[in-house]
Amino acid sequence: GKLTLLCDAKTDGSFLVHHFLSFYLKANCKVCFVALIQSFSHYNIVGQKLGVSLTVARERGQLVFLEGLKSAVDVVFQAQKEPHPLQFLREANAGNLKPLFEFVREALKPVDSGEARWTYPVLLVDDISVLLSLGMGAVAVLDFIHYCRATVCWELKGNMVVLVHDGGDVEDEENNILLNGLSHQSHLILRAEGLATGFCRDVHGQLRILWRRPSQPTAQRDQSFTYQYKIQDKSVSFFAKGMSPAVL
Amino acid sequence: MAAVATCGSVAGSTGSAVATASKSNVTSFQRRGPRASGTNDSGPRLVSIAGTRPSVRNGQLLVSTGLPALDQLLGGGLAVGTVLLIEEDKYNIYSPLLFKYFLAEGIVNGHTLLVASTKEDPANILQELPAPLLDDKCKKEFDEDVYNHKTPESNIKMKIAWRYQLLPKMEQIGPVSSSRFGHYYDASKRMPQELIEASNWHGFFLPEKISSTLKVEPCSLTPGYTKLLQFIQNIIYEEGFDGSNPQKKQRNILRIGIQNLGSPLWGDDICCAENGGNSHGLTKFLYVLRGLLRTSLSACIITMPTHLIQNKAVIARVTNLSDIVVGLESFIGSEKETNPLYKDYHGLIHIRQIPRLNNLICDESDVKDLAFKLKRKLFTIEWVQDNYLRQERNIYPPGFSYLLKQKDSAWGEGSLQHSTFLMSFLAKATAFASRLVRHSEPLKQNGSGRIRQAAGPRLWHDGRRQEAPGLLGIPP
Repeated sequence: GKLTLLCDAKTDGSFLVHHFLSFYLKANCKVCFVALIQSFSHYNIVGQKLGVSLTVARERGQLVFLEGLKSAVDVVFQAQKEPHPLQFLREANAGNLKPLFEFVREALKPVDSGEARWTYPVLLVDDISVLLSLGMGAVAVLDFIHYCRATVCWELKGNMVVLVHDGGDVEDEENNILLNGLSHQSHLILRAEGLATGFCRDVHGQLRILWRRPSQPTAQRDQSFTYQYKIQDKSVSFFAKGMSPAVL
Repeated sequence: MAAVATCGSVAGSTGSAVATASKSNVTSFQRRGPRASGTNDSGPRLVSIAGTRPSVRNGQLLVSTGLPALDQLLGGGLAVGTVLLIEEDKYNIYSPLLFKYFLAEGIVNGHTLLVASTKEDPANILQELPAPLLDDKCKKEFDEDVYNHKTPESNIKMKIAWRYQLLPKMEQIGPVSSSRFGHYYDASKRMPQELIEASNWHGFFLPEKISSTLKVEPCSLTPGYTKLLQFIQNIIYEEGFDGSNPQKKQRNILRIGIQNLGSPLWGDDICCAENGGNSHGLTKFLYVLRGLLRTSLSACIITMPTHLIQNKAVIARVTNLSDIVVGLESFIGSEKETNPLYKDYHGLIHIRQIPRLNNLICDESDVKDLAFKLKRKLFTIEWVQDNYLRQERNIYPPGFSYLLKQKDSAWGEGSLQHSTFLMSFLAKATAFASRLVRHSEPLKQNGSGRIRQAAGPRLWHDGRRQEAPGLLGIPP
């Protein structure tokens, strides 16, 4: 029952999404992936590099994939009878995310009929900031996350991983509300940041890990680590600050 | 050095050559590349579409932006199904050029074009496309142009010091016009009329479209955007760019160009209002457009006046929603115009975002400080440091550079004599300079040092002439 917040500032944190996707698929979890920023084939090819096949997982029913880009086209150009998860795209004034939540709940609903094939369910959202760009208010998105938490994390004892984009110094009010709200709720925050000194060939950024453990009364309640990372073709290597192999 | 420079362009052509070579057994793929590129109407070879090549890194199909130097910066070209966003320069002088290069490249390769604009009639835009510098007949003219403008910088390739050899090099201007991926264009001439007439293009001129139909749909998009999306979608489905009816005919690429997106002429108010009520129109439009592109064989270029948009949050979101973002910053009216470092350039080009497609990493270029200049015919992108090197030359004494020029012509650079000459001269110059430095450094004071100083430092530091001051100094 954990919410992990992935956050990227001045860099691209998608490698974290790919990691969690392949990690949970390998761990035999039932995954619902709401991918708003890239196409299925992109995730599939990267997944293959990381050792999982999304097509196979989807056929087996392990993965439920919502391809935002493709369904947006369908929603906008074809009027549909049944409410689509991204129905709000058609609505003139800001609708709500209830259809999307219903979609997630349907996807992760435990199936009684068969034997327990998958362990606990996981909801993965790639770039929830896109919902803001599509006209949703920050409060609506926070409500959506809250509903999902109640369902996925409490009822189904599953996990949630959400990526949010941090604009950095740009004053994007709604995004800041969303970011702060999510940081407040999450148990673990992974924050990928670009280097303050700018582009570097051998160090792509640094990752700050913040554990929030309200259950532990001991001294180490909030633990924070910082690592630097370099993304390679099929993996990401982490090292302590200033300990890049390139400078040693 | 030359090998490093040409490596980038060779890698791409071999990439496509390998792809074709795997189908038919070709032993020497060095020749295969240019030959395959020469034939535009390749009947049986349905696999390759004219003007495209697969990416070396991720296997995506790439199209050229019409500017080979830019292609190289973007990791080989613009991947099919992605959006290239150009942030316009302040007075919108150079961004239309990039826009036109992109379209002209499409015409030369026989791609279908879709031009959308609110300001100019698309037919007029097509009339003003630059003429391509095609094969051999233009090559001479091309070289002539290059060398005419190169006279002040003919020593650019001169090896000032060996450390510079290791630095990354920008794409060298060379006669690669025979390759079909990426052409050079002559900005001073118009595209020949028959080429334009032969091409298949669709224009979207907003004033016409709005007046013609008055059907308003309840959608949160502004009517202009809705119309354009429907138009693009129609073209894609009717002409089969979505791959719905394969093998019907030769598959082709749709090149979409949208000019001044987000400007007030599109009926968007984000330029005027700080917190406009309709600030989601643009981002929604981009999202749906991207969805359309991802499912079809098309590539899109958008120019956007980002400096007009008041709400900076929108720019960040737009950047996030597009694939490649390139910013142009012209020096006109800016104080950088007077900076001697930039004196040969017309502006800076910022590569703000490179997509990660099918990959964890992206093809990020190592070179960050890039400037562009518009020569009489060519639009070139250069590394600022190249200019810096050129200026570094100017600090040498005048006789030095004169000698260099003389020797250059006699020996040819890179030859043994050339480099030994350089070395000896540099050694002499260094020795001379270090002596100068020694004179100017402050002398250490010990005791009543005034008198000693007056006698001149030379006498004290030089061991042999210590006896000369005689009365004045007491040696320690």
